[in-house]
Amino acid sequence: MQQTNRLRPFFENITFERDDNELVLNFGPQHPSAHGQLRLMLHLQQEQIVKAHPDVGYLHRGMEKMAENMIYNEFMPTTDRMDYIASSSNNYGFALAVERLIGLEVPRRAKVIRMLLLEINRLMSHLFWLATTALDIGAMTIFLYAFREREYLMDIIEDYCGARLTHAAIRIGGVPLDLPDNFIPDLKAFLDKLPQNIKDYEDLLDTNRIWLMRMENVGVIPTEMALSWGCTGPMLRASGVAWDIRKEEPYGLYDEVEFAVPVSDKGDNYARYKLYMAEMRESAKILYQCIDKYEETVKNNQTELMAHAPQYISAPKLDIMTQNYSLMQHFVLVTQGMRPPVGEVYVATESPKGELGFFINSQGGPYPYRLKLRAPSFWHTGILTDLLPGHYIPDVVSIIGTTNIVFGEVDR
Amino acid sequence: MRPYTPKDDVQKKSYYTDRYWVAPQVPKSDVSEDAVFAADHAALRAHFEILEDYIQRGQMVIYIHPKDNYAVLEFLRDHCGYTQLSELSAIDWIAQRGGFEVFYQMLSMTKKKRIRVKCFIGEHEAINSVEKLFRSADWSEREMYDMFGIKVNNHPFMKRILMPDDWEGFPLRKTYPLQGDEFAAWYEVDRIFGKEARDIIGPEIRDTARVDRYDTERFAQLGHEVPKGSTFDPNQPKTPLAYQEEGGVFLIEGFDETKSKIISDRKR
Repeated sequence: MQQTNRLRPFFENITFERDDNELVLNFGPQHPSAHGQLRLMLHLQQEQIVKAHPDVGYLHRGMEKMAENMIYNEFMPTTDRMDYIASSSNNYGFALAVERLIGLEVPRRAKVIRMLLLEINRLMSHLFWLATTALDIGAMTIFLYAFREREYLMDIIEDYCGARLTHAAIRIGGVPLDLPDNFIPDLKAFLDKLPQNIKDYEDLLDTNRIWLMRMENVGVIPTEMALSWGCTGPMLRASGVAWDIRKEEPYGLYDEVEFAVPVSDKGDNYARYKLYMAEMRESAKILYQCIDKYEETVKNNQTELMAHAPQYISAPKLDIMTQNYSLMQHFVLVTQGMRPPVGEVYVATESPKGELGFFINSQGGPYPYRLKLRAPSFWHTGILTDLLPGHYIPDVVSIIGTTNIVFGEVDR
Repeated sequence: MRPYTPKDDVQKKSYYTDRYWVAPQVPKSDVSEDAVFAADHAALRAHFEILEDYIQRGQMVIYIHPKDNYAVLEFLRDHCGYTQLSELSAIDWIAQRGGFEVFYQMLSMTKKKRIRVKCFIGEHEAINSVEKLFRSADWSEREMYDMFGIKVNNHPFMKRILMPDDWEGFPLRKTYPLQGDEFAAWYEVDRIFGKEARDIIGPEIRDTARVDRYDTERFAQLGHEVPKGSTFDPNQPKTPLAYQEEGGVFLIEGFDETKSKIISDRKR
């Protein structure tokens, strides 16, 4: 056994010097294309990988433990730090889980605003994915283009909630704010340009010789493997399973909007790339419909943003400042926290990465008794164990890219 | 009589609870109320003993014997269409019931239904791996072991996944404090510098709100020039400040505290 102190690394008893021709290569944890703190131990025969062993946990912050020591509203900003590329989708997943637990219906206007935020987040996440993956593969131009568009979306989000990355823009029971005046025109201006932008990306990449070499028939995930590894989202849809939670188990107002679920049966990197591009177009379609819905709520004068449930949700500010009982309830909800009923709930939403699930076991106290975060990226990292063998070292970079893993979510 | 609260549960507690507060329940309904669940339940009951069953918030929950877990999951996958294992973990009930509740969250894509299979195991009991059925359980079971210390039989690589390999203690147990225990406080010192350096370095400070005003290792002391690491007496006189340019540099005048004037009218 190796002496592990005095700054000597500890390699879990893996022997790096072997008798056979196998070389053990440590890929990460500090590797620019590992998208965070991923350490891959790759066993190589020449340049071919024969065994891969992903090692995670470098970003582990114990969010599930923190959740057990926080009141429900207090945990909301922590969920931002899971998938920090699309943080509103985490906020939404958690808010929806607690609302299901309580049995709360959110006002329509809040639902529309939430959906706007969710789809903007999906666009942001997909643009970020495109930028970083293309950069890993060596396409610098596309990185600049995609980040330019993402910047515009972040500005829109900033107009709404004041934050660009960690939004905390959704509350349990609704949303805290109405959309600012310039939100809809800005978003429309962006959406009108988006199809041309996506076309530009595709013109640059679709038939690019290098892109095709790195993407086509690389990292093929058969349907069986995808199902067995619990893949969700684009990872599953690229392997030929048309499963989108927004479509199959609609939450929010997704049953009222029209959109298609792009599927591919190729299962390779290229299929996933095409899927991300198609999903961006679908998100734009949903956003247009959401804008119409928002204007409808304005016309119908549906101004409520938070659900009315005095036992769980603070009253509007006006009531708190004018009515004694509302103030008392607000004080109790802030200092002690809401106490949801005793029970369990598992709520899955379709985050940009896949199925984001929140399992909450409540024992009627202000702190959840157990909260399990089901983050899609965790298994999308695990699948590398089975996916990488047979591939070559350069393929590792493009495969990690297209799995779209975010380590805030893997390690939680 | 006052209700019993487990004393070794170190998680945060509410500082006030109304004595007469009766927590409401999330409604549970009978399995027969949903035709799809009822059919699955009947098929399962023909082969296995089901201890408890109900539907809560649109998802069926069934309790089984822990020894049946592999067979039940295999049956659900092959005969009932629950082809996805979305989540697998445990809940710590050591203080109340002396063990863990392991749950398997499953999804049927054809029926668009989710069920939760649960079983109870004692604190020192192991559970069978379902990794042969669902590869995703490989990592989930490792995480469960890492967080709760539940041993899993027949697992191909039973090692910690998120915590370091040589960690002691299981972080998600209710007996494990949020700030970490004694072992956690000394972990980095022991690993990097060795145990003999404990007296010199001291334990890791895990209280994020802690500020030591007179710490000369990490903080400067305003107005005083204090060598790093020396002890600081707040009553010692201020170090006189002398500027290099005093009286020597063209157009530059040194700042004199006594000549400064406080303006009473801000608008002036």
